[in-house]
Amino acid sequence: MTTPAALDAHALRADFPIFERPSHGKSLAFLDSAASSQKPRQMLDAMRDFYETSYANVHRGVYELAERATEGLEAAREKVRALINAPSAREVIFVRNATEGLNLVAYAWGLSNLGPGDLVVVTELEHHSNFVPWQFIASRTGAGFALIPLDEQGELRLDALEGIAEKGRVKVVATGVVSNSLGTVNPVEQLVAWAHEQGAIMVADAAQAVPHRKVDVQALGCDFLAISAHKMCGPSGVGALWGRAELLEAMDPFLLGGHMIRSVKADETTWGELPHKFEAGTSPMAEAVGFGAAIDYLEDVGFDAIERWEHELAAYALDQLAELPWVASYGPPASRRAGIVSFNVDGVHPHDVAQVLDFEGIAIRAGHHCCQPLMKKLGVAATNRASFYLYTVPEEIDRLVAGLHVVRKAFA
Amino acid sequence: MSEFEQLYREVILDHYKSPRNHGLLDPRDAYAEGQNPLCGDEISVTVRFGEGDVIEEVGFEGRGCAISQAATSMLSDLVKGRTARDVAAMPKDELLDEIGIPLTPVRLKCALLGLGVLKVALHKAKGTPLPEEWGTSAGDITLN
Repeated sequence: MTTPAALDAHALRADFPIFERPSHGKSLAFLDSAASSQKPRQMLDAMRDFYETSYANVHRGVYELAERATEGLEAAREKVRALINAPSAREVIFVRNATEGLNLVAYAWGLSNLGPGDLVVVTELEHHSNFVPWQFIASRTGAGFALIPLDEQGELRLDALEGIAEKGRVKVVATGVVSNSLGTVNPVEQLVAWAHEQGAIMVADAAQAVPHRKVDVQALGCDFLAISAHKMCGPSGVGALWGRAELLEAMDPFLLGGHMIRSVKADETTWGELPHKFEAGTSPMAEAVGFGAAIDYLEDVGFDAIERWEHELAAYALDQLAELPWVASYGPPASRRAGIVSFNVDGVHPHDVAQVLDFEGIAIRAGHHCCQPLMKKLGVAATNRASFYLYTVPEEIDRLVAGLHVVRKAFA
Repeated sequence: MSEFEQLYREVILDHYKSPRNHGLLDPRDAYAEGQNPLCGDEISVTVRFGEGDVIEEVGFEGRGCAISQAATSMLSDLVKGRTARDVAAMPKDELLDEIGIPLTPVRLKCALLGLGVLKVALHKAKGTPLPEEWGTSAGDITLN
C-alpha cells in the first residue's frame, strides 16, 4: 500500500493498551473489529474518571454528585445526537446495544402496528439481530415476513422490491446500513424512499456503519437507527436507539419500572417524557460516558479519514487474496464495500483456518457471523472474516496472507 | 512441539484426511444428524446392530472442521463391538482421552459433536438414555 492516508494508524495504535500484549508470543494482529473494537486509553480514562469523581445515580439526587453524574450522562446523549445529526437529544435512547434497540422497535412499535395483511420486510443479508425480532413479531401479529434477496456479489436486488410489495401492505422495512459479513454498503436512501412510498417505516441497523463512517439520520431519512458502543471504541453494555419523536411518543414503552414513569397509582400509571419513557431502571451511566468519550476520540481522528483508510485496507486485502487461487472471497468489489472481507480456503474449514492463524497471533472470525440465511445463500456452512478499523495497518494484512500459506501447507 | 502440532496431532490429521467408517450405511438400523451452529460443523451417523444390540457397523458423513470430523472418525472405531447401552453411557472423557489433545471450550463442542449425534441415533433406535450434558453446554448443538 503506498497511498498516504489522512490518519496515521501506526501512531493511533499507541492509544490502545491491548496491542502491547503479545498473542502466542507474537504481536497481536487483531482483524476482528466487526465483532467488537478495541478500546483507546482516552475512553478508559473517561470512565475511570467518572467513577472516581462524578459517580452517583442520575436524574434523581439533589446533591452535587448526582448533578455531575446527570450532566455526564446527558452530555453523552448530546454527543450521540450530534454524531448522527438527530434533530433532538430526546430522540436518543440509551439501550444495551443495537440488538436491544432493534428489539425495542419490534416489540414497542411492532406489536401495536402490525396485523394480518401487513408485511414486514428485511433482507437476506441481515444480522440475526435485525432478522429474528422481526420474524418473531410478524408471526405473533399475523403479519407476513418477506426478504429482499441478494445477487451473487452480495448486493441487494432492488428489482425484487416490486414483487415484494404485492405480497401485502408493507409496514416496516428493516435493513442493515453495512453488512457485517460481506461489508456490503446498502443503498439505504433508496430503501427509505421505497419504504415511505409503501407507507412503511424504515428501521436501520447501523451497528456496522456508525463506527466507520459518517451517518446522518436526517439525510438518510430513516425512522429508527440502532448503534452499539462496543463496536466503536466504546465499552460493552451500552448502545443507542434513535427514533423519530412522533413515532416514539405514539409507542408503548418497552421495559417498565423506575424512572420511565410520571406517576404510579394503584389503578393507573402514566409514562414519562422522551427519552426517559424508554429508559427503565438505572442506565449504564459510566458506560454512556465512555460512549461519549469514544465518540470524541473518533471525531478527533475523523470519520471521513477512517472510512477512507478502511477502504484502502479492504482494497489491499481483496487484491492480496485474489492472488491466491485457493482462496475464494465473497461480496461486492472494494468500491462498494466497507472494511470487511469474507473468504474461504479451499478444503480447509474456517474453524481450522482461524485456529492456525491464532497460533500465528492473528485474530479473525470464523463462522456464520450471525447470518445463517446469508450462509445458506452462499452455499457454505461458514466463512472466515477479517475486518479492519482505524488501528489496522497493512502489515497485519500481510501477516494474514502469510498465515494463509501456513494454513494451506498444514492441511495439504 | 509447536502449538499446531499439539492440537493437530498426526493422528488427528490422519483421521481428518482419511476418515474411518466414512459413508452412510444402507441398510441401517439407526440414524441421526446434528450441527454445531456456532461454527458450521455437521455430522450424520448411521449404525447397524448385530446380536444383543452390539454395534456391528458405523458409517458417518459430515462437513466441518478437522477436529469434528477426526473425532467422529476416531469414535467410530472406538464403538464397534460394544453394545448400544454401553456406548450411550460412554463418558465424554473417554473420547477426549482417545483424542488426546488440548481443547478449549469452543473446540470441545467440535470434538464432541459426533458423540452427541451417535447417542441420539442409539436413543432413537434402541431407546437408550440421552445424557443431560453434551460437552460443555447443552442446547448449543442442535440434534435431530
